[in-house]
Amino acid sequence: MGQIALQGVQKSFGPVHIIKGADLDITDGSFVVFVGPSGCGKTTLLRLIAGLEDVTGGAILIDGRNVVDVPPAKRGLSMVFQSYALYPHMSVRGNIAFGLKMAGLPKAEINRKVEAAAATLNLTPYLERKPRELSGGQRQRVAIGRAIVREPKAFLFDEPLSNLDAALRVQMRLEVTRLQKQLATTAIYVTHDQVEAMTMADKIVVLNAGKIEQYGSPLDLYERPNNLFVAGFIGSPKMNFISGEAARQQGAPTIGVRPEHLKVERAGQGGWPGTVSVAEHLGSDTFLYVDAGQLGMLTARYIGELSLSPGDKVSLSPEPARIHRFDESGNAIHA
Amino acid sequence: MARAVTTNRVVISTAAAWLCGFLIFFPILWMVLASFKTELEAFAIPPSFLFFHWTTENYATVQERSDYLLHALNSIIIAGGSTIIAMLIAIPAAWSMAFSPTKRTKDLLLWMLSTKMMPPVGVLVPIYLIYRDLGLLDTRVGLTFILCLGNLPIVVWMLFTYFKEIPKDILEAARMDGATIGRELIYVLTPMAVPGLASTLLLNLILAWNEAFWTLNLSTLQAAPLTVFIASYSSPEGLFWAKLSAASTLAIAPILVLGWFSQRQLVRGLTFGAVK
Ligand SMILES: Nc1ncnc2c1ncn2[C@@H]1O[C@H](COP(=O)(O)OP(=O)(O)OP(=O)(O)O)[C@@H](O)[C@H]1O
Ligand SMILES: [Mg+2]
Repeated sequence: MGQIALQGVQKSFGPVHIIKGADLDITDGSFVVFVGPSGCGKTTLLRLIAGLEDVTGGAILIDGRNVVDVPPAKRGLSMVFQSYALYPHMSVRGNIAFGLKMAGLPKAEINRKVEAAAATLNLTPYLERKPRELSGGQRQRVAIGRAIVREPKAFLFDEPLSNLDAALRVQMRLEVTRLQKQLATTAIYVTHDQVEAMTMADKIVVLNAGKIEQYGSPLDLYERPNNLFVAGFIGSPKMNFISGEAARQQGAPTIGVRPEHLKVERAGQGGWPGTVSVAEHLGSDTFLYVDAGQLGMLTARYIGELSLSPGDKVSLSPEPARIHRFDESGNAIHA
Repeated sequence: MARAVTTNRVVISTAAAWLCGFLIFFPILWMVLASFKTELEAFAIPPSFLFFHWTTENYATVQERSDYLLHALNSIIIAGGSTIIAMLIAIPAAWSMAFSPTKRTKDLLLWMLSTKMMPPVGVLVPIYLIYRDLGLLDTRVGLTFILCLGNLPIVVWMLFTYFKEIPKDILEAARMDGATIGRELIYVLTPMAVPGLASTLLLNLILAWNEAFWTLNLSTLQAAPLTVFIASYSSPEGLFWAKLSAASTLAIAPILVLGWFSQRQLVRGLTFGAVK
C-alpha cells in the first residue's frame, strides 16, 4: 500500500513561506508528477514527504498515519536524487544492497534481491563496478535500482532524468513508466518539463509559487485548465491569450486558444487576419507565428505541411468549442 | 587529441624537476653530511662534499651527552597526543559546521583562524605564568595541551573543507536507506573522508613534531621533545656544527620516515578536490 495524503502542509525557511498550504490525495499505485517553474517549491514539497525536511505546519499521511514526526527511513519511501547520489566508494552491488543491509536482511536474501533488481534494470554486467566507471544512464539505473530493491510504499523522484541527453531521456522516461506500472508502486515524480509530466503522469500537480494550482489527469489539465497559469503552463507551444474586443465578443475579459485549435486559412476567409512572421516546417507539423495586429502575436499549429512563408497573409479562426474563457482574476469560467 | 609530447621535452622537464627537488633537498643532505664530519671539517672553508673523514663520533657524543630516547619519546607522546586530541575535537566540530551550518558558522571559522594570525610570542608571558601557577611547566601534559590548542584551528579548517566537498545528497540517500547517524558515519562518511582525515592527521603530526616555540619556552628537560634537544647544541658556549647536525638528523629521522611512507596519502589529501 502506498497512499499519501497532504493536509494543509506548509513550509517556511525563516521568514520566507515556500509552501503555502498544500492539500493533496494520492491514491495507491498512481504515478503523480509535480510540475511547475523553477523555484516554485517542487523539490521542497518532495523533501517534506520524504522527511528530509520538517514541515512548518499541516499533516502528511502515509496509509492513513501521520508521519510528520517519523524519520525518513521509517516512512517506507525511497528516493532517486537528481545527482544520483550514489555511494562513490561502493560497487554497484554495494550501492543497491545498502538499504537492505541497513534493514538487517540475511546475506542470501540481499544477494537474491540485488540480482533481481539488477536484472530488471540491465545492470547485471556492471554489478562489481564502481559508480565512476559507469555512464550517466547506467548511474541513473543504479539509483533507480537502489530505490526499487527496498520495495517501498512509494518512489520519490526529483528530476531524475535532467542530467541525461535528449534521446536517453526519452528512453528512460519510458523505462521508468513501464517499471512503475509493472511494480504498481505509487510514484511521485518532480520535473519542470511539462512534456515529461504529460507523458508519464496518471495525475499532474501544477505548482506555482508554493501553491497547488491544479491537480488532475493530463487531459483534464489540457482540456479544462483552472486558471491562466495552468492554461499557459500545460501544452506546447503555449496557449494564445487574447484580451480586449475580440475576447469580449466571446463573453470574457480574456480568452485562450491553443495553437492546434486555430484554423489557418488564406486571407479573407473571415476569422482573425494576420501576417506570417515566422514559419517552422517540421514535416509532421507546421508552426506559424502570426502577427495579428491588435491581438498581438498568435501561434498556430497545423498538422502536416503547409507551404506558407513569412509575409503571407492568413486568417485564423478558433474552434468555438475549444475557446477557454477567463475572468478578471484569471480563473477559468466553465460553461 | 592529446598533445604530443616530444622526448626532448620529457628530458628537459625531468631534469628541471630533479634539479628543483635537489635544491629543496640540499640543506637536509648537507645537514646529514655534516653530522658525519668532525667539528673542524664541519665549518672548513672550502667545504668538502663527500671526501672527508667519515665518523660516527658525533652520534656517540650526542647520545652520551643527552638522552635521545627520552626526547624522542617525549616528541612522540606530545606530537601524537596533541594530534589525537585535536582530531577528536575537530572531527565533530568540522562535521557539524559542514553539515548543519548556522548563520554564525562562517564567523566562527574566521575567528578560529584569526587566532593564528597573532604571533604566539604575544601571549607567551601570560601563558608562562598560568603554566607556572598550574604546575604545567616542563610537563608532557602541558605541552600536549598547548600544541593541541595551537593546531586545532588549522585542523578544523582542513577537515571542514574536506567535509564540505562531500555532497549532502549522498548523506541524505543514506538516511533514506535507513542508516542511523552512527552507521552513516561508519559506512558512508568515513570511507569518503579517509583521504582528507589521513592527510590532516599527518600534517598535524608534522606540525606538532616540529613545533619549536612553545616547546622551547615551556620545557627544560623532563618533558623536552627533540626540538629542545637540537637547540641544546647551539649553546652560549659556542656552536657545535657537527653535533648540532647529528642531533637534528636524529630528530627529523622518525618524521621523515613517516612522511616517506605516507607521501601518497599526503599528496592525495592535500590536492583533494583540486584534481578529483
Ligand atoms: N534550505 C533552504 N533555505 C532557504 N530557502 C530555500 C531552501 N531550500 C529551498 N529554498 C527556496 O525555496 C524555493 C523553492 O525551492 P525548490 O528547490 O523547492 O524549487 P524547485 O521547484 O525544486 O525548483 P527547480 O525546478 O529549480 O529545482 C526557492 O525559492 C528556494 O530558494
Ligand atoms: Mg528542484
